[in-house]
Amino acid sequence: MKVTTSQQDFLRGVWRENPVLIQMLGLCPALAVTNTVANSLAMGLATFFVLAGSSVLVALLKRFIPHEVRISTYILIIATFVTVADMTLEAVVPGIHKALGAFIALIVVNCMILGRQEAFASRRPVGRALIDACGTGFGFIIALLIMGSVREILGNGSFLNISLFGPDFEPWVIFVLPPGGFLTLGFVLLFLNWRSSRKRRKELKPGATTTTGESTVERKVA
Amino acid sequence: MTLTARIDDHERPATPEQTRQATPASVPEVSSIRLVLTLGVAGVLAGLLLVLVFKATEPAILRNKAAALEIAVQEVLKAPARYETLYVLDDRLAPELPEGRTERDTERVFLGFDAEDHPVGFAVTAGEPGFQDIVRLIFGYQPESRTVLGMKVLESKETPGLGDKIEKDLAFVSQFEGARAPLLGVKAGQGNDSDPAEIDMITGATISSKAVIRIINNKLEVLRPLLEAYDPETRP
Repeated sequence: MKVTTSQQDFLRGVWRENPVLIQMLGLCPALAVTNTVANSLAMGLATFFVLAGSSVLVALLKRFIPHEVRISTYILIIATFVTVADMTLEAVVPGIHKALGAFIALIVVNCMILGRQEAFASRRPVGRALIDACGTGFGFIIALLIMGSVREILGNGSFLNISLFGPDFEPWVIFVLPPGGFLTLGFVLLFLNWRSSRKRRKELKPGATTTTGESTVERKVA
Repeated sequence: MTLTARIDDHERPATPEQTRQATPASVPEVSSIRLVLTLGVAGVLAGLLLVLVFKATEPAILRNKAAALEIAVQEVLKAPARYETLYVLDDRLAPELPEGRTERDTERVFLGFDAEDHPVGFAVTAGEPGFQDIVRLIFGYQPESRTVLGMKVLESKETPGLGDKIEKDLAFVSQFEGARAPLLGVKAGQGNDSDPAEIDMITGATISSKAVIRIINNKLEVLRPLLEAYDPETRP
């Protein structure tokens, strides 16, 4: 087990191993409900709550959960937190709850959350599990906000429902429709990979060949 | 490694001895009672927690729904001074529920009154399939002049950006104000503007637009006799 500091645990989830943009986990909500910034934020916060809550509980209970039934117990814990989040959203922000629809219940099967329990929370102390969950949760919120901002600005000409370009703007409706989700995700990933490949090429320039850098990038894109 | 060994165990019928060999020494055998107990206890605790959260959030959720309906009634009846709830029975409207009927299985309409206590019209809820799922809406209706006073979509899952214009496109929604029932849907720009029954449908959302018109017409066909027969003065 590699020894990491708490700061590394946090930052790894936020950027270097961002769940959506690097690990490609949790893509279903990232494509489906990011048509406005408000929806993205609510989805991100709900997922953050579920992730942090279940990570703490799994880390606390790891000694009592037999290895054979660990996955079912994790799912049970996650499902409980999801239902709590679902009811709370319906009571506090009914409009957003209506817009997110079935995707709140589907947080249960978000493999990003189960992955953190299996890979991290079930093997570390509670504090570290919480830090890791916060990092991954923030990373998820950031990724969703990037998607939501691009889609709402282009597809509706507004940000958080505040009109940006005045009445003459012809909204690019496709961006709030499902295909727009795929287009936005594709271009965001293209941009990030282009940046990282450029950075790697710069680092390798003095003397060394660029083959290693390029092949890594190719693998990631594929 | 542990995981592979375990999966293999399940594939071939293992004698107790073999199982013991395949299980690494670091992981002790766990009795099945303990497995069942763990899941059982976790399930009971989860259930208890959910009951608590449900009890805590239920009043707020019901309040939100009632508030949403209240706002909708105000909107489609153009802010009446007051309104009363009427129950739709088989052959008449009644201000009170008869014996043996519950609020849940009885349809309700809302009769609005203006400041001088004259009835201004009924607010009626209705729902039928649209393009994706059931579209539920509420509309105001004045039985004497047979006009629709306004329409508001309560619930719909129509396509964002296209079908959801039935609630977001104000040019479409505002046409229902003062439209003569039964409504008639026409393609945008092709109708005869002087016909008060005509509603211009939304380009790209024809099915959703037609659904809204159909929902209102079908509902009125059923309820019109009851709405016309109801006289607020003769109530007991």
